[in-house]
Amino acid sequence: MFGKLTLAAIPLDQPIPMIASLIVALSILGVLGWVAAKGYVPYLWRDWICSVDHKRIGVMYTLLAMVMLLRGFSDAIMMRSQQALAFHSGGYLPPEHYDQVFSAHGTIMIFFVAMPFLIGLMNFVLPLQLGVRDVAFPTLNSVSFWLTATGVLLVNLSLVIGEFARTGWLPYPPLSELQYSPGVGVDYYLWSLQIAGVGTLLTGINFVTTILKLRAPGMTYLRMPMFCWTSLASSLLIVAAFPILTATLAMLTLDRYLGFHFFTNTGGGNMMMFMNLIWAWGHPEVYILILPAFGIYSEVVSTFSGKPLFGYRSMVIATMAICLLSFTVWLHHFFTMGAGADVNAIFGVASMIIAVPTGVKVFNWLFTMYGGTVRFTTPMLWSLGFMVTFVIGGMTGVLMAVPPADFVLHNSLFLVAHFHNVIIGGVLFGAFAGYTYWFPKAFGFRLHEGLGQAAFWFWLVGFYVAFMPLYVLGFMGMTRRMQHYDVPEWRPWLLIAAAGAVIITIGIILQIVQLVVSIRGREALRDTTGDPWDGRSLEWSTASPPPAFNFAVLPLVEGEDAYWSAKRQAREQGAAAEPDYEAIEVPRNSPTGFVCAFFATIIGFSLIWHIWWFAAVGFLGAYATFVVFAWRDHGEDEIPAEDVARIDRANRAARATALPEPI
Amino acid sequence: MTAVTHSEHGAPRDQGGPASTRIVVGYGFWIFLLSDIVMFSAFFAAFAVLSGNTAGGPSGKQLFDLNEVALETGCLLVSSFTCGLASLAAAARYKIKFYAAMAVTGLLGAVFLGLEVHEFVGLVAKGAGPQRSAFLSSFFTVVGCHGLHVTVGLLWLGTMMAQVYAKGFRADILRRMMCFSLFWHALDIIWVALFTVVYLMGMVQ
Repeated sequence: MFGKLTLAAIPLDQPIPMIASLIVALSILGVLGWVAAKGYVPYLWRDWICSVDHKRIGVMYTLLAMVMLLRGFSDAIMMRSQQALAFHSGGYLPPEHYDQVFSAHGTIMIFFVAMPFLIGLMNFVLPLQLGVRDVAFPTLNSVSFWLTATGVLLVNLSLVIGEFARTGWLPYPPLSELQYSPGVGVDYYLWSLQIAGVGTLLTGINFVTTILKLRAPGMTYLRMPMFCWTSLASSLLIVAAFPILTATLAMLTLDRYLGFHFFTNTGGGNMMMFMNLIWAWGHPEVYILILPAFGIYSEVVSTFSGKPLFGYRSMVIATMAICLLSFTVWLHHFFTMGAGADVNAIFGVASMIIAVPTGVKVFNWLFTMYGGTVRFTTPMLWSLGFMVTFVIGGMTGVLMAVPPADFVLHNSLFLVAHFHNVIIGGVLFGAFAGYTYWFPKAFGFRLHEGLGQAAFWFWLVGFYVAFMPLYVLGFMGMTRRMQHYDVPEWRPWLLIAAAGAVIITIGIILQIVQLVVSIRGREALRDTTGDPWDGRSLEWSTASPPPAFNFAVLPLVEGEDAYWSAKRQAREQGAAAEPDYEAIEVPRNSPTGFVCAFFATIIGFSLIWHIWWFAAVGFLGAYATFVVFAWRDHGEDEIPAEDVARIDRANRAARATALPEPI
Repeated sequence: MTAVTHSEHGAPRDQGGPASTRIVVGYGFWIFLLSDIVMFSAFFAAFAVLSGNTAGGPSGKQLFDLNEVALETGCLLVSSFTCGLASLAAAARYKIKFYAAMAVTGLLGAVFLGLEVHEFVGLVAKGAGPQRSAFLSSFFTVVGCHGLHVTVGLLWLGTMMAQVYAKGFRADILRRMMCFSLFWHALDIIWVALFTVVYLMGMVQ
């Protein structure tokens, strides 16, 4: 009846997961109770959960990512404190628990923090920058988000019911095969990623279609803001790479569930194929993450330098070159696994070549600042911190692209330091820059500047204190994922790294305080003009927050930096005449996404625990949801012309008062 | 230089602008199909790597019955033709022809699936199930994944006919029909690759 699921699956004897899940459960109940007590439930359901508006979906993605950042970061704190303590002792985390912690940390940070954070920002910004009213498939967008949320739910459920994988963030066989991982940990991993991966794939399809087919009149490819270009490259990579992940996870699932022999030791299985397949997805994945961040830096640097992006076309070429090259380097993740000198050399050279377009980008950002009037706001600080940090991380990467060097450094803490250097210094700083930069557009008020800058400095210093010691430890021969050790020379460096984690913690606390302080003091931080940073692209031409339809009339674009030129024109010639307003059709909100995710959760949970009949119920429900959605007769609501006119006149009035004097 | 001005009547001037819904839907579905083909390519790659790893068990040459596979191929190819007829009938808003062509398409698809299931059951009965060897694991997966797609296609086909019955040839229904026929033809393309890479090349090995 309940498959493998028994009461013994709840780890009542382990205080850490129990206390953690108690805190999580209490906070969820607290939030839900507060929502119910305030009478916000209908609002939450109608305007957020059922929303198909790309702006709201973007906000929900970002919020999900930030909550999961706290979860992933508490795993990080546990690892750093364990390694600080576990010198000649077992520390406080037993090996089977420690292994789950580092596996969950990696999985969560990549799939449920970095991905949703950037997808959230893309969701919010893309249609606004392209000058259109929504993404290509709004309801599908909601489905994508809720499927990601299902993945998050399953990963967190593993804390309370059962266990998580102990295999690391990529479940290498044969360790991840049934023989060596008989528990449900790997199954939690497989199904949560499979379901969230479908969501990500649908997002990729949605964004590619949006960027290629839905742009404002006159918005030619070479007039698109840089963030649109990098999002396009990233979405193309999602479409081309995520199906490989789907297939690979499906093969491992078949091995585990039905006794297939894809990656097993016996029956002719080939575990090297897993490494090839997973990294054929995994290496493009790191560019899926970093490219949108590059786009954010481009927007931020150009806006706060008051100059057009230097070398726009070379930036486009560099972006697309990275997009292609990212598929030609996967083998550098396993130089040591015996592919031979020639193959290693080819992939080593290919990996080094990627540094060329990346270097082009760095110089473009530097030259954009050169001669500009640079304003050192929080987003700009994140961008500057990125440029320094990412170049260091990039250089250690090029070092490891040399196969002989990699033989020394493979799987050492040097590697761990390298990828945190590029992912924190590149992706996360970019996400924070984008969060601060577009926050006023989303909510109509800015984030507190002083606290934002303080958070930045704690993060930056904390990052260096936490991760530079890991480079040293890598050279000293310390491998990754060690639960305990007995080398006295390592100890001081691990203590410094733990101190770095504490400094980062202060940065995170400051970010939470910043959010709370900004919400409470929002009247003082109000953005009345819709253009708080003197922006250059079209998202700054609408009100903050933008109306449901984004643009009352689709803008006509006649050059790069569309809104910048429009402002100059308005200053010289006065504001354009009021357009004729027409009624606008906006996609109707729908619970389809939420209901889909509900059944996906049922399917995932039952498959993890082998409750076959319940999984069948889930599939039936999912099919029924599709049919009900397909049967609806009205997919759109109309906003009358009077309403459009009223909303847009307010925006034009605010802008007219702000425009005459350049900020 | 003017960058953002608004056109006279709110509608885009001759400057491109957002594509029509039909274009957007078709384009998006093409992208989906491409991603699906990428997924198949991973299964094909796995098959190519593992096809020689029979672990002392039977090889493709000993197992495959090309006559049955030829029959399957015939069913699927003819069903693509009738699916094309259904699209033409839908474009001409000709209900009877549409139902007939879709029914034949579905029937041929079902026969194809039946033959595939028959083949699978026969293999398992011979002790050549997917657990026997890595070669058979990858064979069952790549062929079975296609079969799963055909099953979903049949489910969609039935739903599509019911939709036309309930809603008529509305614009959104016609768009779905366009996606369905794209899907069905794509399955044909994948089958041609399967037939070549798995069966024909398996026979000569």
